[in-house]
Amino acid sequence: MRASLFITCYNDTLFPETGRAVVSLLERLGVDLDFHSRQTCCGQMHANTGFRGEAYSQAKRFVRLYQDAETVVIPSSSCVAMIRDQYPTLFAELGNESLRSEFAALLPRVYELSEFLIDRLGVEDVGASFPHRVTYHASCHGLRALQLGDRPFRLLKKVRGLTHVPLANLDRCCGFGGTFSVKNAEVSSAMLAVKLQDVVATGAEYCTALDNSCLMHLGGAMHRQYASMKTIHMAQILASTAASPPEATA
Amino acid sequence: MSNAPSTHPVLDPLLAPPFPQAALPVLRNPQLRKNVAHAIDVIQAKRAKLVAEKTDWQELRTSASAIRAHALENLDFYLEQFETRCTAAGGTVHWAADAAEARQIILALLRQENATEVIKIKTMTSAEIQLNPFLEAAGINAYETDLAEIILQLGDEEPSHIVVPALHINRSQVREIFARRMGLENLSDDPKALTNAARTWLRQKFLTIPTAISGANFLIAETGSVAVVESEGNGRMCLTLPRALITLAGIEKVIPRFQDLEVMLQVLARSATGERMNPYTSLWTGVTPGDGPERFHVVLLDNGRSSILARPRERQTLKCIRCAACMNACPVYRQTGGHAYGSVYPGPIGAIFTPQLMQMKHAQSLPYASSLCGACYEVCPVKINIPDVLLDLRSQVTDQERRSFGRFLDPMYLGLRIANLLFSRAWLFHSAQFCGRIGLRIFTHRDGWIHSLPGIGAKWTQTRDLRGLPSQTFHGWWAARGRMPGKEAK
Repeated sequence: MRASLFITCYNDTLFPETGRAVVSLLERLGVDLDFHSRQTCCGQMHANTGFRGEAYSQAKRFVRLYQDAETVVIPSSSCVAMIRDQYPTLFAELGNESLRSEFAALLPRVYELSEFLIDRLGVEDVGASFPHRVTYHASCHGLRALQLGDRPFRLLKKVRGLTHVPLANLDRCCGFGGTFSVKNAEVSSAMLAVKLQDVVATGAEYCTALDNSCLMHLGGAMHRQYASMKTIHMAQILASTAASPPEATA
Repeated sequence: MSNAPSTHPVLDPLLAPPFPQAALPVLRNPQLRKNVAHAIDVIQAKRAKLVAEKTDWQELRTSASAIRAHALENLDFYLEQFETRCTAAGGTVHWAADAAEARQIILALLRQENATEVIKIKTMTSAEIQLNPFLEAAGINAYETDLAEIILQLGDEEPSHIVVPALHINRSQVREIFARRMGLENLSDDPKALTNAARTWLRQKFLTIPTAISGANFLIAETGSVAVVESEGNGRMCLTLPRALITLAGIEKVIPRFQDLEVMLQVLARSATGERMNPYTSLWTGVTPGDGPERFHVVLLDNGRSSILARPRERQTLKCIRCAACMNACPVYRQTGGHAYGSVYPGPIGAIFTPQLMQMKHAQSLPYASSLCGACYEVCPVKINIPDVLLDLRSQVTDQERRSFGRFLDPMYLGLRIANLLFSRAWLFHSAQFCGRIGLRIFTHRDGWIHSLPGIGAKWTQTRDLRGLPSQTFHGWWAARGRMPGKEAK
């Protein structure tokens, strides 16, 4: 199985450990992984802030870059949602016929990480070991746009030593929303405060998700408040084994 | 943080402060937030239970959406059909292009009736056109008769929700308002006592004022009928006791057939109040001699709706049946309540409806008042893809900014324009990552975290830390790994 990793701009810049974990996990599962050195961004930030033309040029770039990929795997549910939900509208409004057909051919080969593992590779037990109490935050895009359903829980269930602590109000947004967190910083912070109460109440050691953007938001508040909890992308949990636990980060 | 907002909310999009500012007084008001969160949690739980028991809920949504979409696609036909059938049944139909025209029509009709007082029920649209202050200036007192609206009117408060407009006011606050305005010093806050006080107050209005104004939940083209749904029976009083009735309705309220109510009433009651059926459904067709009002007028209001209809992606906004499920589900509304939206239409539907009613000339902050979590779309009984409309409205706002000088002063605008350039070439993106890492170093503490940033970054760090940029990017690691012995280059 060959797969091309789209790491996403913010994972590349802010969370390279997530990318390294995806590589270690997928190579362990026998995936022949490649990485396009010219990749940048899917265009989500621009699209969600109202910069349609800019989002379109990045969307076009993505399609051109990956049109020959056997499969594309992306460890970010919101970026996959961008591609699945917003590219069709962008290409319908601004693109031409050849771009639309290139995209239509590519789209079924684009996977979010948990989709790739379960739907494409057909594995739930990835041989991971992570002896900790963990709660899972269902990011809005993973929950509603991608309809990931029980995939994340099936993967976590098979991790050795892991105790999953359910999160109350699982379907409630953490308040990140990309530039929303800055444009409406006060409202975003109020939403975050409510979310964090539920997250901390689990008493888990780690809060995980399939999207580092929510985790950056939650983790930023945890650090500010000296909360006794850390955030960790699920790729890092799934990559972790008894012999090689997750790398320590700041 | 500047411009300390006034404590009295402004529900006029022409005058209201931008959403982030308008939200502040609520965020600083724990009692208000508690009232709002409690009220919507109760409704949400009731709704969830009643939706779950309906095994064909998704099919009902699909039907409801199709009925509304079909009506809008053929709006001219169905409106004319409604006019014909309503007129044949003894009603009179008036067409109002905008708020000013609607107000004049209604005032002229009230003058014909020699009215100095008028009772009102279920008409948010009248708040949209700011009818009450206009009538007051013309010497006509308008009395709301829906219980929540009475509370607001007597308390000089503004609605914060479209189904339970006084949800931000709790029982002891209601007691205070009634005691003060009805002269009942010893009134208790027992719900029964409060209801009795309202009933006594209302009966006098119902029995003495012969003219009424109502809204409409649905206009039925096939029969020329009007439908109003409500919970208290006060609407039934307003719709049957007076000699003259004026119904004000947005042009989008029309549905094709009487039978469509089968679907619409099911989704509306369950979505709005978490009930299998709403307590009072009033339906009437023109006038019936000896039964109900002798004179009946319908004022059909455009006020920007036809321009929404003209835009294919936004048209779905008009499918709305005002159930408020979107605001009950919205995590933003849960924190801010309705007043922050600066309009009689709050919540996610207001965030798309209000700026469009304003032809995108006002309320441009509203499309950004969402984290795009999608909860509104998930619960919408007529499947309005609110996040998608929000995105399109955002791009209209950005297009306005592209033509303004202010763009050179907006760090968000400049940042995104530059980011677009950086994302267009990998080497530019990689250079920017390098510069960012160096630039952020002076803000990064020894623990590897950033606690405070200047400028727009302060909006992030006012409540959250940010991890400093790692010394190696992922692509940098990948490239170095390819050169490591034992790993073939990719």
